Amino acid sequence: MEVKTAFGADLMSDVLAFAQSGSLLLTGLTNPQVIRTADVLDISAIIIVRGKRPSPDTVQLAGDLGIPILVTRFILFETAGRLYQSGIRGCLVKVDGSVHSHG
Amino acid sequence: MADEPLIYENQFNVQGGNFSDAGKVASHIKAILKGFGIPSEAVRKTALVAYESEINIVSYARKGVIHLRLAPDQIVIETIDEGSGIADIELAMQEGYSTATDKIREMGFGAGMGLANIRNFSDIFHISSEPGKGTSLKMIIKWRP
Ligand SMILES: Nc1ncnc2c1ncn2[C@@H]1O[C@H](COP(=O)(O)OP(=O)(O)OP(=O)(O)O)[C@@H](O)[C@H]1O
Ligand SMILES: [Mg+2]
Repeated sequence: MEVKTAFGADLMSDVLAFAQSGSLLLTGLTNPQVIRTADVLDISAIIIVRGKRPSPDTVQLAGDLGIPILVTRFILFETAGRLYQSGIRGCLVKVDGSVHSHG
Repeated sequence: MADEPLIYENQFNVQGGNFSDAGKVASHIKAILKGFGIPSEAVRKTALVAYESEINIVSYARKGVIHLRLAPDQIVIETIDEGSGIADIELAMQEGYSTATDKIREMGFGAGMGLANIRNFSDIFHISSEPGKGTSLKMIIKWRP
């Protein structure tokens, strides 16, 4: 598997709005919903950050759907920085202002 | 458009409160559309709007049905649920407005972005609701450029 882009978020609706298919997903979420979300978006693999462990039903579902889960003790910022340094880029650089105009 | 011939049609039940299955219907719909060779961008949009609607039914309604209709130029997703309904639709549509419980937030939902995402990813979007009865959504995604 070759991956070129990534997205990181802990809010499922942000992942749904912005993550692109084929990307890595960096997240602190560990429940089965994160696997469902990855499946809907064709995410290539999930990296769970901050040393969190996926629950057994999350691992089970990931196995069923063929989505790899990686875990790291690095925080989200550190994980993203290290991946960026090794050539991975954001699945989008910035958002179109009209989509998320808070305030 | 109403009498447009259909390529495929199906409907799926969604049980309110059943968080462990939430998203199954959207995954299923995605697989069906892929099987028909629908372009991936349209499949992705459809799976996304179906998923956000499915999560909302599981989170806020007693039960619901998600209809899938595949026509020669567009995909129609229609959801009908029985539940509390939405008293103020304009407020519910606002980005950031949410009445999600802790349980919903623990799963990563409850940002108040779902309905806005659904509107943004649909080519045509309708919402109607009757407080005390339920909520209906209709999303159309064009798949032939
Ligand atoms: N089917 C529904 N029945 C009753 N209320 C609903 C329904 N769908 C949405 N709502 C209400 O509208 C609010 C906003 O919904 P929306 O999907 O935009 O955000 P959310 O579900 O709170 O969070 P997110 O979707 O970002 O995870 C909900 O918090 C809920 O109060
Ligand atoms: Mg929602």
